[in-house]
Amino acid sequence: MTATTTAPTGQLSFAENPRVSLSTLVKVELRKMVDTRAGFWLLGITAALVVIANIVALIIFAAQDVTDAQYGTFITITSYVSSIFLPILGIMLITQEWGQRTGMVTFTLEPHRDRVILSKALAGLVLSLGCIVLGLVVGLIMNLLYGALQGPIGWDIGIEYIGGFVLSQAIAMLAGFALAALFLNTAAAIVIYFVYTLVLPGIFELLANLMSGFAHVRPWIDFQSAQSPLGDASMSGSDWGHLLVSGLIWLVLPLVIGLTRIMRAEVK
Amino acid sequence: MIKIENVTKKYGAYTAVDDVSFVAQPGRVTGFLGPNGAGKSTTMRMMVGLTLPDRGTATIGGLRYADIPNPGRHVGVLLDASAQHAGRTGREVLVLGAQLMGLPITRVDEMLELVGLNGSEGKRRVRNYSLGMRQRLGIAHALLGDPSVLILDEPANGLDPAGIRWMRGLLAHFAGKGGTVLLSSHLLHEVEMIADDMILIGRGKIVAQGTKEELLRGKGSFVKGLDPAALTAALQRAGIAATPYEDGLRAEAETVDIGRAAAAAGVVLTELRGADGAGLEDLFLQLTADDQRDVLTEGAKA
Repeated sequence: MTATTTAPTGQLSFAENPRVSLSTLVKVELRKMVDTRAGFWLLGITAALVVIANIVALIIFAAQDVTDAQYGTFITITSYVSSIFLPILGIMLITQEWGQRTGMVTFTLEPHRDRVILSKALAGLVLSLGCIVLGLVVGLIMNLLYGALQGPIGWDIGIEYIGGFVLSQAIAMLAGFALAALFLNTAAAIVIYFVYTLVLPGIFELLANLMSGFAHVRPWIDFQSAQSPLGDASMSGSDWGHLLVSGLIWLVLPLVIGLTRIMRAEVK
Repeated sequence: MIKIENVTKKYGAYTAVDDVSFVAQPGRVTGFLGPNGAGKSTTMRMMVGLTLPDRGTATIGGLRYADIPNPGRHVGVLLDASAQHAGRTGREVLVLGAQLMGLPITRVDEMLELVGLNGSEGKRRVRNYSLGMRQRLGIAHALLGDPSVLILDEPANGLDPAGIRWMRGLLAHFAGKGGTVLLSSHLLHEVEMIADDMILIGRGKIVAQGTKEELLRGKGSFVKGLDPAALTAALQRAGIAATPYEDGLRAEAETVDIGRAAAAAGVVLTELRGADGAGLEDLFLQLTADDQRDVLTEGAKA
């Protein structure tokens, strides 16, 4: 407890110091996702479940003599698992600053809040990419094992398929991110996310059956069904249109409203 | 230097900060004093851009806070010691700050040592910290970037008397090197111990500002006699205004004149002193009396 070691070491003039680079901000955001128990376990459980789900699938395929499994089958399994966890990751990136009030420090060290939010989105994309790479590698190993156990192996997987996988994972993460930006509350964002991914499609289905007019509108507002052609790499021109429009409603709109609020809101 | 000019912040019909202007000078510790809810924290948040003012400007070193590149290297900020992720260790909180500001990791351990958080305390999660430890961590975080300006909201809150003395030494040293320190408190004696300059705020308005000496001076003397009635009469004859205060009198004169008047009347004094600290306390209570949430009853000072 001495007061003598704070001597400034060549203090900087206020204007000439370079600002914090975006890569530094992203690096710090990535660290913030693994240095708490919640973040660490979320990432750990996601990775573990991807591996476990693939192993379980391999065992079932081998035991039941499934003959038409291939690389793409394993990737689809990964995609199911990660599409549950990546939105939660996206939500946590945002809400940890409000739930634990660390935003006071974060937005003081980088007062340009748009840069903080951008770096969080980029950190989320980096982690999603990590999940994708894990899925590709685990799928590769499983497919080789499947070949050894069951054979013959299929590698029939196009670039559109991988592209669809990458895009759907990024969308899943960003959908959670956007809702979190809108609500700034973990529980609310998670509940709304799962309501709109699990409950809403059923309601849309029902409405489409009841009202013939709605059946024409539905593809443009149903974000979930708009994403399904991504999974089997069957995106057509109108599918892209549906994805774009429903994405504007469910992803861009909450993000824009949330960001507008975050930019001006008082951080307490 | 911190410069606040005509800053106003309203929440609906309620004016939290009302046309506030002041300057915190380099080389000095400026105390920002006021009762709870007087607008201290809101003013400090506006300095660092966490709250947007409705009117007015706040600059640090001539720049708006948002225009300072890598502001952590210039301005050390502690607004709420509890606003940290409870699940991170104290050391991890500093590592994140150091990484963001582009500082070597060695700086983290230097700061932990400086604020008296030893190795095992640094490795504990913030959840298990006492308020005093959180304040020390917050001060370490504020000093991390080797800033020239410090903005600290209630930094002494939760520190024990030894801790407050330690912080006084730390801040005096910081100001002695030319640093600017602005610290808030709702406790007069804390600010009195630490600050060179004082700004008093009540109900969002600045009610007094100046050096501590200026604010302390000219508040008369405190005198107590064996025979209060005779003393009052003696002072009256000498033309010295006096009012009852605690168990004696508050007289608007220097101690030497009161002594003379008492000697001339042959009144025995049991106590005679400048009204120093007590004067400032009165000033504080009087200036903020309207803003006190508790009704002050006679004799129940502070």
